[in-house]
Amino acid sequence: MASESRIGSDGLFNTAEVTTSGRPVLRRNEVECFLLSSVDLDSEDDPPRFASMRSGNLILTTHRLIWIPSSQPNASSLPSSLPLSSITHIFSHKKSIKSMFHSPRIRFQVDSVVVVTVVFRGKGDFDGFLTKLWECWRGRAWEEDEKSESEASSGSGAGTVAQGLYGNDGTVRMVGLAGILRKEQEQWESTDKSLQDAFQDLNALMSKAKEMVSLAEKMRQKLLSAPSSQNGGGDDEEMGSKEEMQQWMLSVGIISPVTKESAGALYHQELSRQLADFVRIPLEQAGGMISLTDMYYHFNRARGTELISPDDLWQACNLWEKFDVPVMLRKFDSGVKVIQNKSHSDEEVMSRIRTLVTKTETLRTGVTASDAALTLKIAPAMAKEHLLSAETKGLLCRDMSPDGLRFYFNLFPEIDPTDLHLVKDIGTYGEWVKATSLLSV
Amino acid sequence: MQKLGDFKLPQFFNYPPYFTLQPVRDTREKQIQLWKELILDFCKSQKVFLIGVEEDFPLFSNSAIDRTLSHEAREIFLSAIVGEGRAEWLDKGHRKCLILWHRIQDWADIILKFVRENGLEDSVMTVEEIRSGTESLGTELEGIDRTILMRALKLLENKGKLALFKGTSADDEGVKFSV
Repeated sequence: MASESRIGSDGLFNTAEVTTSGRPVLRRNEVECFLLSSVDLDSEDDPPRFASMRSGNLILTTHRLIWIPSSQPNASSLPSSLPLSSITHIFSHKKSIKSMFHSPRIRFQVDSVVVVTVVFRGKGDFDGFLTKLWECWRGRAWEEDEKSESEASSGSGAGTVAQGLYGNDGTVRMVGLAGILRKEQEQWESTDKSLQDAFQDLNALMSKAKEMVSLAEKMRQKLLSAPSSQNGGGDDEEMGSKEEMQQWMLSVGIISPVTKESAGALYHQELSRQLADFVRIPLEQAGGMISLTDMYYHFNRARGTELISPDDLWQACNLWEKFDVPVMLRKFDSGVKVIQNKSHSDEEVMSRIRTLVTKTETLRTGVTASDAALTLKIAPAMAKEHLLSAETKGLLCRDMSPDGLRFYFNLFPEIDPTDLHLVKDIGTYGEWVKATSLLSV
Repeated sequence: MQKLGDFKLPQFFNYPPYFTLQPVRDTREKQIQLWKELILDFCKSQKVFLIGVEEDFPLFSNSAIDRTLSHEAREIFLSAIVGEGRAEWLDKGHRKCLILWHRIQDWADIILKFVRENGLEDSVMTVEEIRSGTESLGTELEGIDRTILMRALKLLENKGKLALFKGTSADDEGVKFSV
């Protein structure tokens, strides 16, 4: 029954006999156990031992794996079969990060040499198939055949050919209508069982999830510790896969341990852009400058859910210098960090302050941060920063008293140390004298 | 404008920031300059030779605007004067400052001038007489600080213009001019 021609350079697969309607011809005692559609078969060896077989149905029987192409069989894709007996090792299906995002696959070793990969691209019960594969492989039904054949050939008189529903060794045979029905039944039972298992084993699932997280953590640690550019440009692939790794982890919900030196995880980049857009309106309302803490509040309130951490905000703002956005992060000497429009000029604020402090009233009394905040229509903390900045520039000077800190227009430059009593006609000093004399006795 | 005694205070004495030590360097330098001049002017006019940092030196407060110089500010301004050679700290703790609105050398010259103008070239006087004698009345020497006077006299002694000698009582030092 086995046909002579074998496919592949090593003759790994046999051509499988199919009926005119594409169903495989089963041998004696061979029972079909499982069907998977949309399956590719590949050889992992290099060079590949056989041409890959794409998009076919994979049928598991008690004796063989049969692959039948979905499209019309042509010269390059023939129905092929692989005896289970030639499988020397089935690799255990490790659940990894990669496996979560790739199609399910099994790898097994044939004749101790070739490694075959079965890639399953359809929607079906892959786990069920896997279970059945193990069962059939372990079941070693072909040995029973050999045994019964050798028994037959050794000349035992007893009827060796199975008759009726029961085989020689007492197992139920799947033949005829009864066989089909029986097969259906088994299928249902197996599905039912796996469903039950799945639901009952929610704990197992949860522990698997824990495993996943700890695995992801390990990956993260690895990424952290792995030297990123030791080999310079030669490690593009490694870098690429590392980035992929980070992206996978991010989509699973684990923030990438990216430092400021690296290009920044996708998360932060996207956040950075989003933030730059969002920031526009609050900035305008706040008069061109807003503190980082205020922005944190605004942004998170707008988001509602998926709040970002202060650190995320900080990183996102820092990324702005790498993009071309009209906003920037600025740190004052006092340590206060603000977001401001790039176009927002200090000159503009300075001139507004100058106008404020040269008014007759404020010449005399000076301004506090709150006064400035009210007049300039900005937050008091911002106002203070502006006043301090104006002081540094020499526009203002300070007056510290038990009443608090006030700022005055800086008259010092206008006073002549060689003539202490001189008050020039032009200049603010003269105006100040006038302003103060209005009240003096 | 206000007066302290008969000293006319400048307008900026009522400028509140004048009494707060300015943090910005350029502003502070200007502020220090103004304080130096004001203190020296005042001391010369009022014949103040000694300033105690913690004491109520009139310039250090302005009740009209309710402001007082901090201790730190006082020390900084006085040290600036010391740095110019127009004052001296009398103690390491910088509590007392001798104000030399005339330098010692200037005082020495004033003494010499005094001696010549009064024909005292070869005469003998007590130190006290130089400070408060009839000849000194109305001159700059009137009421001069004793420490400063002694320093000036010593300077002149080194130049051979006079000789100092102790008198009969403890504080009765004398001077023999040989100008």
